[in-house]
Amino acid sequence: MTRPRVALLAIAALAALVVWDAAAVGLPEPFRFPAAIALGSGAAPSGAHCTAN
Amino acid sequence: MILRRLGLGALGLAVVAAVALAAGPQAGILVAIGIGYGLVLEGLRFGFAGPWRLMIVERDARGLLAQLFAIGLVAAAAFPLLAANPLELAPAQAPIGTGMILGAFIFGAAMQVVMGCGSGTLVNAGSGNTIGAVALVGFVGGAFLGTLNGGFWASLGQLPLISAQSVAGPSGGLWLTLAGLALVAGFLLWRAAPGKRRPPARLFVAAALLAGLAILNLVVAGQPWGIVYGLGLWGAKLVTAFGGDLSTTAFWANPVNATRLDQSILTDVTSLTDIGLVLGAFLVMRGKRDPGAPPAPLALQGWVLVLIAGVVLGYSSRMAFGCNVGAFFSGISTGSAHGWVWFAAAFAGSALGLKLRPFVLIPARRQGVAA
Repeated sequence: MTRPRVALLAIAALAALVVWDAAAVGLPEPFRFPAAIALGSGAAPSGAHCTAN
Repeated sequence: MILRRLGLGALGLAVVAAVALAAGPQAGILVAIGIGYGLVLEGLRFGFAGPWRLMIVERDARGLLAQLFAIGLVAAAAFPLLAANPLELAPAQAPIGTGMILGAFIFGAAMQVVMGCGSGTLVNAGSGNTIGAVALVGFVGGAFLGTLNGGFWASLGQLPLISAQSVAGPSGGLWLTLAGLALVAGFLLWRAAPGKRRPPARLFVAAALLAGLAILNLVVAGQPWGIVYGLGLWGAKLVTAFGGDLSTTAFWANPVNATRLDQSILTDVTSLTDIGLVLGAFLVMRGKRDPGAPPAPLALQGWVLVLIAGVVLGYSSRMAFGCNVGAFFSGISTGSAHGWVWFAAAFAGSALGLKLRPFVLIPARRQGVAA
């Protein structure tokens, strides 16, 4: 299989995951989007990181 | 070729705009940062696993020195940012422990077996490397499985959280980190073979760009660049899709992780940069006049072993509190002592992994099997 074909498969799988997930749990509420930039937002980071268990 | 590259650029911008519309401006910016990671890593051939292999096998220190340079640049910006904004920005710090050290050692071995670390596996998959694509599937499964046993590995014993900041304060911690990086760089320069000490300009440019993106990552997301959390989340999403109940597991019952599981992938900052990274690598590969030959096909058992190695890669990255990005790159650059221990253990593991590689990447022709 050629590189472009393998890459397209990987991209398609990712896209399918995102679309399926959006259909299952919905997209975030537009009025509850986090600040564009965390620095200066006054909000604590809400994300999770691989260094946390 | 120019038209194709313009088209690819437009595709990248369209994805960023679509994500921003769907999940907000922060999500769009983080996908753009992820695309930037992919462009730099694939376009300028900046990697982690490859340079470690070159240092071990050929005493070629150039790639590893460029990594240390990038980490130093990030640290110079991250330490003051973290000190001035402790409520808005968080470092990538984790405790040193028995399970963590073992996990880093195994991760180092596995990343040499599949020829890609955390970021490398995403880049390889995005650029059409079949081994990377198969390893990524295993990585997602392994990173999820690793979330289920964190308590066990922690029970083997771990130290309290130690950071450069806790030892020497914010300024002293930065100098301590830079001194540590200089010490390792000096050791590498001493051990390197003649002619393999000075990184080429390409690697310095890549290191500077990568550092700029990592600092932006911290400023925009409020946390440093990571890879593994997003992959474990994707695995958890798939498990719940097939009826799995993760609410009884300690990791996914944690409110932070439960929120990520209940909400869209597009709200997870690590997933966003992971997706962008794959896309960035894809754009570079498609923008080349010649995308290059695919890796030599493997025998069926070779593919199975690559998949298993991917699972091991993902699982061990959870044991180790991160991969080469979350633990080594972001850990050291934001002051975590575990990043240094991770580096030593994973480097030792890499030496073992290089010996194991021929037993895993079994060429198809050896058995006469078409893969």
